Amino acid sequence: MLQILCLFIPIIAAFFMPFLFKKIRNVHTGWFVLIVPLFLVVYYSTFIPAVSKGETVIEQLSWIPSLGISFVSYIDGLSLLFSLLISGIGALVVLYSIFYLNRKKEQLHNFYIYLLIFMSAMLGVVQSDNMITLYFFWELTSISSFLLIGYWFNRDKSRFGALKSMMITVAGGMLMLGGFVLLSLMGGTFSIRALIEQAPQLATNDLFIVALVLILLGAFTKSAQFPFYIWLPDAMEAPTPVSAYLHSATMVKAGIYLVARFTPIFALSEVWVWLVAGIGLLTLFWGSFFALKQTDLKGILAFSTVSQLGLIMSLLGVSAIAYHIDGAEDTVFKYAAFAAIFHLINHATFKGSLFMIAGIVDHETGTRDIRKLGGLMSLMPVSFTVALIGSFSMAGLPPFNGFLSKEMFLTAMLSVTEFDLFNFSTWGPLFPIIAWVASVFTFIYSFYFVFKTFTGKLNVDQLPTKPHEAPIGMLISPVLLAGLVVTIFFIPNIVTDTFVKPAVVAIQPFLYSSPYDVNIHVSAWHGPTTELYMTIGIVVVGLLLFLTLSKWQKLYSALPERFTLNRLYDFTINELLGSWMTRFSKLYMTGSIRKYLAYMFTAIPVIVIGTLIVKNAFAFKFEGSSPIHLYEIILILVLVIGTITTVFARSRITSIIALGAVGYTVSLFFVIFNAPDLALTQLVIETISVALFLMAFYHLPKFSKVEERTRFKFGRAFVSIAVGIMVTLVALSSHSQKFIESISSYYKETVYSEAGGGNIVNVILVDYRGFDTLFEIAVLAIAGISIFAMIKLRLSRKEKNYESK
Amino acid sequence: MEIIMAFVCGFLFMSAIYLILSRSLLRIIIGTGLLSHGAHLLIITMGGFGGNNPPVLADGVTEYVDPLPQALILTAIVISFGVTAFFLVLAYRSYQELKTDDMTQMKGSEDHE
Repeated sequence: MLQILCLFIPIIAAFFMPFLFKKIRNVHTGWFVLIVPLFLVVYYSTFIPAVSKGETVIEQLSWIPSLGISFVSYIDGLSLLFSLLISGIGALVVLYSIFYLNRKKEQLHNFYIYLLIFMSAMLGVVQSDNMITLYFFWELTSISSFLLIGYWFNRDKSRFGALKSMMITVAGGMLMLGGFVLLSLMGGTFSIRALIEQAPQLATNDLFIVALVLILLGAFTKSAQFPFYIWLPDAMEAPTPVSAYLHSATMVKAGIYLVARFTPIFALSEVWVWLVAGIGLLTLFWGSFFALKQTDLKGILAFSTVSQLGLIMSLLGVSAIAYHIDGAEDTVFKYAAFAAIFHLINHATFKGSLFMIAGIVDHETGTRDIRKLGGLMSLMPVSFTVALIGSFSMAGLPPFNGFLSKEMFLTAMLSVTEFDLFNFSTWGPLFPIIAWVASVFTFIYSFYFVFKTFTGKLNVDQLPTKPHEAPIGMLISPVLLAGLVVTIFFIPNIVTDTFVKPAVVAIQPFLYSSPYDVNIHVSAWHGPTTELYMTIGIVVVGLLLFLTLSKWQKLYSALPERFTLNRLYDFTINELLGSWMTRFSKLYMTGSIRKYLAYMFTAIPVIVIGTLIVKNAFAFKFEGSSPIHLYEIILILVLVIGTITTVFARSRITSIIALGAVGYTVSLFFVIFNAPDLALTQLVIETISVALFLMAFYHLPKFSKVEERTRFKFGRAFVSIAVGIMVTLVALSSHSQKFIESISSYYKETVYSEAGGGNIVNVILVDYRGFDTLFEIAVLAIAGISIFAMIKLRLSRKEKNYESK
Repeated sequence: MEIIMAFVCGFLFMSAIYLILSRSLLRIIIGTGLLSHGAHLLIITMGGFGGNNPPVLADGVTEYVDPLPQALILTAIVISFGVTAFFLVLAYRSYQELKTDDMTQMKGSEDHE
């Protein structure tokens, strides 16, 4: 039970935040929040020994058993790694936010509620084995991300960025749900584990490719892959702790997680290998190339995140190749999945620290514009050191963890050239080339980020505030992360044995039965290999280009602005949805209730008569009708004349009296039809109604002169005739064919023995359907209260009172 | 008889809808009144007029009219009265506040809060 409960602990904690924020003003609310991720880190750490041996733990709580939907906490290597990242980075980010967000100025309870909701949602995403609850948590991450990006909701850019991320990720999520539903239809279960077991059969299904593409669209939108990455740079309007947490370390990796989790199902497909590896590689290059165009520190990091996510994605795509090679565990193809997970950990450490440094620079200098910054090294030595470690790791230099995973990435990309299925013999050589070019750009923007900010000339006058080193509390988290960056370089195999190998088993369960089978040893020195020469090339070319950056960076502004993806998004949102669709809606949504009523009264006969025709339900026969008497004919004449008078009367009093006449005629009908109770009630009610009408008549204006009172309105008449015909047809059909015996015989038989009454109608009302009558009385009471309230309510006078105050 | 009543119900519905689609509030309310009359007659017609006695247990009577439609209609009459009363007061009050009973003038505008 604890395992499921832990998913919800952050959300439960969120309930207490407003109280803590309002009542305990002297302590930063973040300190209370910090307990939650710390507890989770400790809790999930207890799983490490078992999981690193290859065991899995599962706990289940039924939610909607009839539909097979349940909350599942499934912990294997992959989900444990993500859970630890979520809670671990979460703790560091909360600690950082305590010093980043001012407790006197900010609405902290809102911030931490959103953050805690996100934490629960993200844990749910990575632990859910049930696809429906996975989707549920997935959308919850989108919603909490939306709220966090829009946290400073009085800024236009925040709202814009929040909406953009929501639009793109939720649209992708919906598509993904479609993929899930297709998969569940094919496999007959919502459980991912059960689907993995039947992967070979699924691959033969016609809809397999559709499900694959739909699920990939969900993953690509969430993980900001090309061409959906455009939401991530705009999401940088969020407070920096959020950017560090959601938009670099965790949420954007949900797509990576999804691809990794579904690799065993989809890897058999050629489309999967091409889409994941191809789009990943394209994103890697695109992000790194455009990172250099940015002038905002967080903008650079956003594009760098896009690029690095592409790197991990392409590795996962390449890892699927291993499914097509016999004995892949002993060939070069074994590296891709391993490198993906290893880089995922490394990326979380160095990118998290870099984001925090960007936040510190923003906090202490008042700007994130790299053109104004420079020379901060002497003023902020600790921040500079951390930034240097993070950037060098990102650039893939030793002695930092980025070097290890980058080398392995190059190994994996080189291995593609040896793969000869699926046209890879033609296009395969492009993989290492693109990877190398993208790595050069990665190198340049890493240097660009750190050196343009911290070295060069210091222009204190240009900065909004006087820069100084950040408070110690704010530095703890980035320093810890930078420490990890260095530590992992020196003890890579301890880290990979504990975290990476169990996760690799989850991605490639057909290759390995336990983490001990993953035969990979990480070392910094491989001797003179192709990878090493490639790295040296990256450094040399990268350095050259970085030193001449000022000369060629101008080229970016020469790129056409008109055809960017952002323009496409703006066009879709503003023009297509905002303008055209609104205009289209306004064509029929005029705000006039009469029009809406006319639509409804048109739709009803169309649907009903249509059904009568399609189902061939119309029937007509004379038999079984009761005889017609003269007095009945007279009554009908009175009724018809009364109705016509009501409709065409020139004055209201005539209308009202005619309506009364119709009502009394109806009660006479009830007498003829052997319904004495109805007749009595109708008489009483009709009398009161007419009195009420006359009272209202006293106050309401005469039928207005402009009103087309005698003018015959063709449209109105047409609609009303259609409804009249429909009612007549339905009445005739229902009279002419009786499929089922009336259920009234039950009442007739039991009314005396069961209910002890003689008047069947009354007994039905007060006994058999007593609750109906009770609620009927309630409805009358509500109407009465509303009438009383309406008479007492004086809007205009109230307004005057306000004005006089 | 049932067949004639079917046409009568259709006629009542037709007139009611014609009134409901008009601009004056009072006409709309009168329309709803007619609509409920039509609905009541429709329900009792659908039940059929067979049986020559009211549905009350009495000596020697074995054949009753179907009591179920009557029970439904009895509820409906009372509810429709509640609705009519509510509408009337609503019309009266909105006329007091807005100085009009014309639906086209009551239409909310885009910039209306």
